[in-house]
Formats: sequence, structure tokens, C-alpha cells
Amino acid sequence: MADLPEPAIAREWLQTMTLIRRFEERAGEMYARAKVGGFLHLSIGEEATIVGSARALRDSDYLISTYRSHGHAIVRGTPPENVMAELFGRADGCSGGRGGSMHMFDIARRFMGGYGIVGGNLPIAAGLALASDYEGTEDVTLCTFGDGASNQGTFGETLNLAALWKLPVVFMVTNNQFGMGTALQRHSAVTDLQRKGESLGVPGMRCDGMDVLDTYSVLCEAIARVRAERRPLLVEAVTYRFRGHSMADPEQYRSKEEVAQWRARDPIPAYGDLLVAEGVIDEAAREQIDTQAIARVDAAVEFAEASPFPPAESLYDDVYVLDSSSTGWYSVRTTDPHQAAGEQSRELSPADGDEIPQQMSDALAHGEDAA
Amino acid sequence: MAQLRYREALNAALREELRRDERVLLMGEDIGVFGGAFKVTDGLLAEFGEKRVRDTPISENTIVGIGVGAAMAGLRPVVELMTINFALLAFDQIVNHAAHIHYMFAGQARVPLVVRMPQGAGHQLGPTHSHCFEALFLHVPGLLVAAPATAADAKGLLKTAIRDENPVIFIEHESLYGVRGDVPDGDDTLVEFGRARVAREGADVTIVGVSRMAVTAERAAATLADEHGVSAEVIDPRTLRPLDLDTILASVAKTNRCVIVEEGWPHGGVAANLAALISEQAFDDLDAPVRRVSGADVPMPYSKPLEDIAYPHEPQIVSAVLDTLGVAAHSAAPGEASGVRTDSHISGGAA
Repeated sequence: MADLPEPAIAREWLQTMTLIRRFEERAGEMYARAKVGGFLHLSIGEEATIVGSARALRDSDYLISTYRSHGHAIVRGTPPENVMAELFGRADGCSGGRGGSMHMFDIARRFMGGYGIVGGNLPIAAGLALASDYEGTEDVTLCTFGDGASNQGTFGETLNLAALWKLPVVFMVTNNQFGMGTALQRHSAVTDLQRKGESLGVPGMRCDGMDVLDTYSVLCEAIARVRAERRPLLVEAVTYRFRGHSMADPEQYRSKEEVAQWRARDPIPAYGDLLVAEGVIDEAAREQIDTQAIARVDAAVEFAEASPFPPAESLYDDVYVLDSSSTGWYSVRTTDPHQAAGEQSRELSPADGDEIPQQMSDALAHGEDAA
Repeated sequence: MAQLRYREALNAALREELRRDERVLLMGEDIGVFGGAFKVTDGLLAEFGEKRVRDTPISENTIVGIGVGAAMAGLRPVVELMTINFALLAFDQIVNHAAHIHYMFAGQARVPLVVRMPQGAGHQLGPTHSHCFEALFLHVPGLLVAAPATAADAKGLLKTAIRDENPVIFIEHESLYGVRGDVPDGDDTLVEFGRARVAREGADVTIVGVSRMAVTAERAAATLADEHGVSAEVIDPRTLRPLDLDTILASVAKTNRCVIVEEGWPHGGVAANLAALISEQAFDDLDAPVRRVSGADVPMPYSKPLEDIAYPHEPQIVSAVLDTLGVAAHSAAPGEASGVRTDSHISGGAA
């Protein structure tokens, strides 16, 4: 077994894993109460993979993820309040209520997003790494995706190109055993996923994604190699998704016994037991970590409830980056003929903020439906 | 001022922007050692080296996606897709990613990416290699779409595209690469997006021509003046997003008639969109329905005689203009001799 880090760090890992678990559980409850719309993909069971891998990064490194990305935002330091507000579709969401569960983002923390298209983030990860190399920084990119994404064209295309161009990317396939409802052996001819990059010039490694220490240890080695050698690696994190693919998943594709077997390896109690056994924390501290996580998630729900919905007049903001010299029709607002009246109605993003275009203000003042 | 071919003008734009801004880099299939399938990037590898002029594998979706990521991280990538036909392989990165990232993440990230590609029929390349897809890209909020018809605009618009903070789909035309034109030097060449070019002034009818069809429309306007005494105003929008609708509307207000010419398909096309905008904005100015002249509503056939009648040529534009003016055409009605079925056919009305 890999060594424990120093106590403060060891505790922080448990805190963050617990926070992600409690956050996801509450998100599920909020979904059931219709506070959250659309799809909701929870990462319960995958916390060790998330925390162990992200903690192997420097702050300046890039992390890019998938539609199962609440935990990635949280591990990167995005306040759970802003993640929950995003689920609620509120203005204070980390994507301003524009993205929802599948599209978290926090550029200040170099969390370069969750992406809704399976495999869509791989080329983007290579682009981030290209920029790091181009600018001569030491930064690396950690790109996570699921086992299902390893069958997408972008997997082969991107691994080949990253190897060819010697780009500093760690591709981490989070093998949670299923691409939606299709089991690994039913969707991939090669189930030893760490080998799937070999023919593309990308060597593979594997970690136990249920063990935060092993995940951290393997990712540290992978990231150090990529940082030094400037070429990509593929790491397979073997884990399990305890809950359905999304909230709308009757889970007919797997047995209760199988789920129970994996749940017996739940990464959070296992790691907590270890910390207690090693004397890093006692049972009271362990309990307190859980209580604090629950309290923080309560605060996140409260914050999200209190946050306003984005205003109607923000509908057309940020479709384009515009300045005062922008001319012509960028968007056609068919819902309001006055808004589609030509040059005067063009969208502007004044340097001083999101000012409402004059015609929009007029429309609002007259009680018209401006959006 | 220099006389340059369209491809040379593009090459000059790339060269100048590579020199001006260290963050600019080029990526694409065979753009380096080979010099570009259409020689647009010829000589750039020798001047700027492999760091900035990058040959890529044949992986369109990933080439565009790597451009998206590099742009998000602060570079100014210019990606060449060998032809517009292959852009279909990259549609996920273009639409779901390049176009949406700025909006989806509430403005936190920008994607200053240019994706260049040539389109067009006329080279007997059959259904998979002859597309015109302005309408596909125009459809997507978040993308800018430029389609230069002259060497000067090719250079000026490309330089502007590279400096823009938004993802730009830059549509070139295979048949225009060898066409010469006057091109101003240096930064004087910058052409603002959202400013149409009035290629020819006229009083009787407005002809809007997109991409190569702006050139064909100019020839038709000359014929209309010489042979029919018709004074046609020809407008090349140059960019479809943003669209300089004001210039088009002002022209329609003057001429009261409008014919729109595009090489792509009629259903859901650029002309269909523009006709709707004109109807909404300038209905009272119109003395006749807006007419469309478009490519035939078929996959592009290989055989030369069929290909010739499957995209618009000067006679179809002349016919459509005379028709909208209520003047009997000397040549056959549109759709007969040409095979180009215009609006009246697709909507089931009388020709």
C-alpha cells in the first residue's frame, strides 16, 4: 500500500471525499424535489479517483472533465455553494446557470470544464497542453473521461496526436465499468483499458480508483513523468459508480449483488478506517468531518435557493465577445421584432459590465416580453 | 497596392499575422511540407518553423478540438480543413464546443479560433467533395461566418478573423484561389466584419451574392446593363454573421426588388434566411417577392453536363432578375435550361 501523506493532507483528502459524497447525495435529493432540472450524473463511489488524481496536480495544471463533474469542480476548490447554484440554474452558479450539471467550469482554478459530449473533452485537453508547451511552461493537463469514451473517435485521434506532438497530457480513463448501461466487456473489445493507447504511442498505467492513496501515488508518478518527458500517458483508474448513470436509470443492466460487492469496498469508509487505525484521526474527528460536510452542503443548498435566476435580459449575453466597434447583426431575436430592428439593436458588451441595450430597457419599461 | 491571387492574399494575411503576433499558429493537413492542398500556406513552414506551422494527421474533429483548447488557453490558432466537406467530421467540436463554450461557461472562456476551409462545385468531384455549407455554419449562434469573394476581402477578412475574440468559420472558394485582384498593403487591408461590400451600384434591383456567387452576380449585372438596360446593385455581404442587413435593406428600399444568389442548397439556405429577414424588415419596400437563385436541391453529380446545371451561373441570375422585374427573359425560364430550381419550384408554385 502507498504511504500516507502528512496528517493535515491525509485529513483534507477525507474531508474532500466526504464533502463530494454528501454533496452528491443532496444533489440527488434536490433532483427528486425538482430543484434540479435536466440530467444529473452523480459520482458516488468515484470519490477516491477524483481526489487522488486531482491532488497530484499543481494549481497551475489544467483539469478537464466530463458531464460527471461536480466532484471535479469541488476538488479543484470551486465552492460547493456555486456548484449547487449551477445545478439549481441560478445566477451564482459556477457557469452562471448556463451549463447545468454537465457543464461546470471555473477558469480561475484551472478547472477547464465538464463537457456533455462523450469524448468531446479529449481534443480540448490536447489543445490546453499544446498551449502549455507552446508557451514553455511546465504545466500539464489531466484529462478525465469514462470507459465509454475510449471507444470514441476522439480517443484514437487525440492520443495519436498527443503522442506525435509530445504533448504533456495525462489521459485518465475512469473505468467505472459501464458506458451508461453497457458493461465494459460488452462495449470494448479490449477491456484492459490501460493498454488501449499502446498502438497509438501512449503507454499505460493503472491505479486502484477505490483507493485514494494508490490513485494519488500512481497519478503522481504519471504526472511527474509527463511533466519531465513532455509526452502523454494513459492511466486507468478502476472504480465503480454506485448509483445509476443518471437519475433516470432503473439499473437493469447489473445485479444488486454486484453493486453490493463494490459497495463493500466503498472508498470513504475504507480510507477513514485507515486514518483511524494509523492514528491520524480518532472516531470523534471522523464523525466531525462528516458533520461538517453535511453542514457545508446544507449551506450550499441554502445559498443556491437564495440565489436569483439569471435575468431574462441576460439571455443574449456572452453568445459573442463584442466591443463597441462591433457592427452588424450577430443574433436574430425573432421573439421581439423591435429587437430585430437592425444595427441599433446589436448586442454590445460595454467594458463597464452587462448593460442592457437601450431598446431592451425600453421594452422592459413598457412591460413587453423582451426575451 | 499589389495585384495578388486570392490564395496569395490569404497567404499574405497568414504571414503578416504570424509575424505580428507570436500567439498565432497554424494547424492542418498537409499545410507545412506540402504547402497546403491549395497552396495557401506555401512557404510559411520555411519562415516560421514547425512550432508554428503544424502538419496534422487526418483527424478533423481533433484538429479543430485542439484549436479550441489552445484558444481557451490563450493562443490564436488558425486551423485549415482541407475542404469544407471534411468539416462535417469536425461538427461536434465546431458546434458543441467552439461555438458554445463562451456562452455555456458564462463568458469565463474565449475561443479565438479561426477554421479556414474552401468550398465549391465545378471541379467534377462529385457529391462528397463539392459542398457549399455557409448555411450550416450560419445556423449556429456563437460562430462568426466569413466568405470572401475577392482577393482584397480574402486578406482583409482573414486578418480580422485572426484578431477576433470569437470562433470564426472562414469559408474560401476553390474556384477563386487563382483569381487576381488589387490588394492594399499591410494593415490597410483589414476589413471589418459586419460591413457588406457594394460591388456595383444600381437602381432597379438588388442582387445579393454570397461567396463565389458575388462574382457571378457582378457578371450578371454587367449583362443586365448591356443587354437589357437594367441597373442592378450587387451586394456581397462578406460576413454572414455578423450580417450587414442595414446595407441590404437600404438597397432594397431604393430598388424595391431583390434577388439572392447562393451556391448551396435552397431549403434552409442563406437566401431563405435572408429572404425572411427582408420580408420581416422591409415588406413595404418590396414591389415583388424576393427571389432566390440557389444550387440544385440534389447531391452534386460528377458528370460535367449535370454538374454544370446543378449550381448557378450568370444566365440564371439574369433570368431571375428579369422575372422579378416582370420583363420576359430571352433565355429559358429558371429551372428549365439551368436545372437550378428556384423558390417557385421548391414551394410548389408556378415558375
